[in-house]
Amino acid sequence: MSSSNNVILKVKELTKVFSSGRRKVIAVDHVSFDIHKGEIVSLVGQSGSGKTTTAHMILNLLKPTSGNIVFEDKDIKYVNKRAYWQNVQGIFQDPFSSFNQFFVVKKVLRDTFKILDKSFNNKEKDRIIVKALEDVNIDPDDVLEKYPFELSGGQMQRIMIARIFIIKPKLVIADEPTSMIDSILRANILELFEKLRNIQGTSIMFITHDIGLAYYVSDRIFIMHNGKIVEEGDAEQVIMNPNHPYTKGLIEDVPTLHKEWLLTKGS
Amino acid sequence: MKELLRVSDLKAYYQLRLGEKLRAVDGVTLTLHEGEVLGIAGESGCGKSTLASCLSGLFFPPLRYNGGEIILDGIDVIRADKQTLRKSILGKKISFIPQSAMNALNPTLKIGDFIADVMQEHEPNLSREETIKRAEERFELLSLPKDVLKAYPFELSGGMKQRTIVVISTLMNPEVVVADEPTSALDVSSQKQVISLMKRLLEMKITKSMIFITHELPLLRHVADRIAIMYAGVILEIGTMSQIIFAPRHPYTEILMSSVIVPEKGIRGRRLPLISGRPPDLRKRIKGCRFADRCPYVTEECKASEPDMKEVDGREVRCIHPLKKKEVEQNVII
Repeated sequence: MSSSNNVILKVKELTKVFSSGRRKVIAVDHVSFDIHKGEIVSLVGQSGSGKTTTAHMILNLLKPTSGNIVFEDKDIKYVNKRAYWQNVQGIFQDPFSSFNQFFVVKKVLRDTFKILDKSFNNKEKDRIIVKALEDVNIDPDDVLEKYPFELSGGQMQRIMIARIFIIKPKLVIADEPTSMIDSILRANILELFEKLRNIQGTSIMFITHDIGLAYYVSDRIFIMHNGKIVEEGDAEQVIMNPNHPYTKGLIEDVPTLHKEWLLTKGS
Repeated sequence: MKELLRVSDLKAYYQLRLGEKLRAVDGVTLTLHEGEVLGIAGESGCGKSTLASCLSGLFFPPLRYNGGEIILDGIDVIRADKQTLRKSILGKKISFIPQSAMNALNPTLKIGDFIADVMQEHEPNLSREETIKRAEERFELLSLPKDVLKAYPFELSGGMKQRTIVVISTLMNPEVVVADEPTSALDVSSQKQVISLMKRLLEMKITKSMIFITHELPLLRHVADRIAIMYAGVILEIGTMSQIIFAPRHPYTEILMSSVIVPEKGIRGRRLPLISGRPPDLRKRIKGCRFADRCPYVTEECKASEPDMKEVDGREVRCIHPLKKKEVEQNVII
């Protein structure tokens, strides 16, 4: 794991400061980490910890104040966005705001091909789309002619993942992809992410506040608090034997099945 | 223990265009006793929020009452006239905290003024000063900062806004609190604070019972005394917390439980259940068991007629072939 040619993304001293007038908010504060090929990692933090800002910078949607993001040995500052997005894609919390409400699913998925260099005719596109939808367990006839508002959240999120099966990026940043769907669907979606990694060797970074999810899917976990990574390591290690007091508190706050959780008496 | 709420065979349908009906709540029976927390869980679209919203006897179109009874502390709330309902039942006997209630705080009013406005409706004889003073006392009693009353909603964190909502909706000491996903928009630490507050209200006997609606079963493990599992407008299984969480007998409850992911030993590497399909279309009459299409143990008999609730090992299950005790034990999560 330590060999540098196994590293797909390197984040070095990444910092983002939002300022308005004299007020300054350091959203991301000198954050550094690596993601390896075919690895699933999670960036875990509470609301306001800076995890989504980090995700947006990695996706090249937001310029860092300082620091570097190096993808496959190239600083993304110097890489053309289109080429970068062929390799790095995002999936967001609310699938409904990721889709144009005025287009049917077929049109949206056909437009996906615009990011790729190779050109396809509609017939080829449709063949790939059908295959991708089958990969995410959706019956193509069920959704292709429908508008986003006619579909459920789980279906929409799976269509978002079908996009990933079409573009075949090397890294996927998934920002709270399952927080709007319930547990049975969540199981299906997590299975799809694992399939993506196992079939295409995709590296995946989950951005989440769901510690159970991070523990379940990740190889490694980064815990973020007030813009800094306070603890990182193997998922088993970080969750079962946390070192940092913040991580300890965070894990204690999650209701589980077998540990006592509420201690209201006397509090 | 005193029975505070009895719901029998309640039916509430959404009236759609072209005379179609969506049977969101299709024959729900349950009871709630003093001092008890009843958890209601189920997937999105199972009717749990609709059920919560009609427990106070109000049916806003397109939702319509279609049968059944709701008896709240001896009062038939469905037949009570709207004025009595507003003046002497809502907020006093039953208080409903809907989903994303914290967004209902008026952004242009300080919390204190907002409370005064709301209370004016219920207690017209009380002056604004008295009302605010009462709210202050309640905040102090619950060891919450009373400065909140002088703040605008945007100055408060999500967790504090939600705790404020809980305090406001329990100012008149309601006997039944119905909370619909009160913590789903919050992070884990704020969630814990809100729930501790709700539990404390019960312990201090300010509120007398609670119905807690959520899709998060690990939460109900710690909050609820009894749990009802809803699916497609009906209850499939209802029993004590430990019966439902640790020894489910309905195949659906079992699947729900095995899809739970919590940071606990034994969760990593466990296969999650992959059940295909979706809950049935509630616009159509369903013949047979509502879960039959997705059930791994389905038989022909299941599709013939809808099973009734029957008692199995101390809890009620709507299934012809409930899981056996032995099977259950193998599936208990370590």
